[in-house]
Amino acid sequence: MVELTLPRGSQPTKGKTWPKPDGARNVRTFRVYRYDPESGNPPSWDTYKVDLDDCGPMVLDAILWIKNNVDATLAFRRSCREGVCGSCSMNIGGRNTIACTSGIDEYDGTITISPLPHQPVVRDLVPDLTQFYAQHAAIKPYLQTDTPAPEKEWKQSPEERAELDGAYECIMCASCSTACPSYWWNGDKYLGPAALLQSYRWLADSRDEAKGERLDELDDPFKLYRCHTIMNCAQVCPKGLNPAEAIGKIKGMLVERES
Amino acid sequence: MTDYRTPAAKVRGLGASGHGTAHFIAQRVTSIALFFLVPVFVWMLATSGAPDPAATRAFLASPMGAIVTLLTLTAGFHHMRSGLQVVIEDYVHKAGTKAFLLLGNTFLTLGLWLVTVFALVKLAL
Repeated sequence: MVELTLPRGSQPTKGKTWPKPDGARNVRTFRVYRYDPESGNPPSWDTYKVDLDDCGPMVLDAILWIKNNVDATLAFRRSCREGVCGSCSMNIGGRNTIACTSGIDEYDGTITISPLPHQPVVRDLVPDLTQFYAQHAAIKPYLQTDTPAPEKEWKQSPEERAELDGAYECIMCASCSTACPSYWWNGDKYLGPAALLQSYRWLADSRDEAKGERLDELDDPFKLYRCHTIMNCAQVCPKGLNPAEAIGKIKGMLVERES
Repeated sequence: MTDYRTPAAKVRGLGASGHGTAHFIAQRVTSIALFFLVPVFVWMLATSGAPDPAATRAFLASPMGAIVTLLTLTAGFHHMRSGLQVVIEDYVHKAGTKAFLLLGNTFLTLGLWLVTVFALVKLAL
């Protein structure tokens, strides 16, 4: 059955509360999920007080401030700090997003930060996304052609290129897939919104010659049709994309093929 | 049991079954049918003199009453079966329990449909 409660030993405990920084007047409280599987201890919620006068405006700035000034053991992923790489995806204030483009002032009161839900935790805010990346690889996210490559480039009209808008911008942060209840319950079989959005990106590409094979791979009650248009994916996407719409278009292609 | 399969092997699993679309289309077709049939069925039943048993029997025995009732309940049971199947597949992952519930779902809806057909035929004759 679906697991509605956390497994034994996974229930977070009340963790350490760090003191307010000396002389800080503009303080914001952050409640951060901490977990080290190797320690054998259950996860905990640690509380940090961040001096906003000494910290940048984004949630990622606050996490970096904590790591640099309070607790160097806090583990998280980050790279570009400008919404391009998708590394710093996490659950902030109960909603999956990327920390680098989330302003601290967008949240009221204590800001709660936990790793992306329903994924194994490597440590603290670092989820294990091995399966997520394997699903991306499974949809063959590259141009497939049988026709010999032209001397210059595969041509595409501006209209054909416009078909890819809203699909190619995905940064693979996994916010959408890990916000999807269908992915929570059947993530082993359901490809999830991120992989399916990327699949659509190649299905919609006028240059690709493997549309039929791509659709064959998706015509399955679990791989594609576990999407019940819940729309959490579109609601959380930090790039403003709509994976549910793309999935609907894939279903439309399959229906068109049947009729 | 330790699972040494590669991530790719896990994700590819047994491959695509190739029949998800037929189920998807059937669910939509029965939805659209029910969208029109249910109001008509309810309206016809409400204006037939129900809940008077004799009037209801006469309605179900009449050609239009029997046809609309059979169409509505056939679409309804078909939709119920495919919808419940999705719910079971979503939430029940234990192989034996899942097979038992899927079989039960099919037998229950098929049984209810047969009862409907039998009742309508009996009333019409």
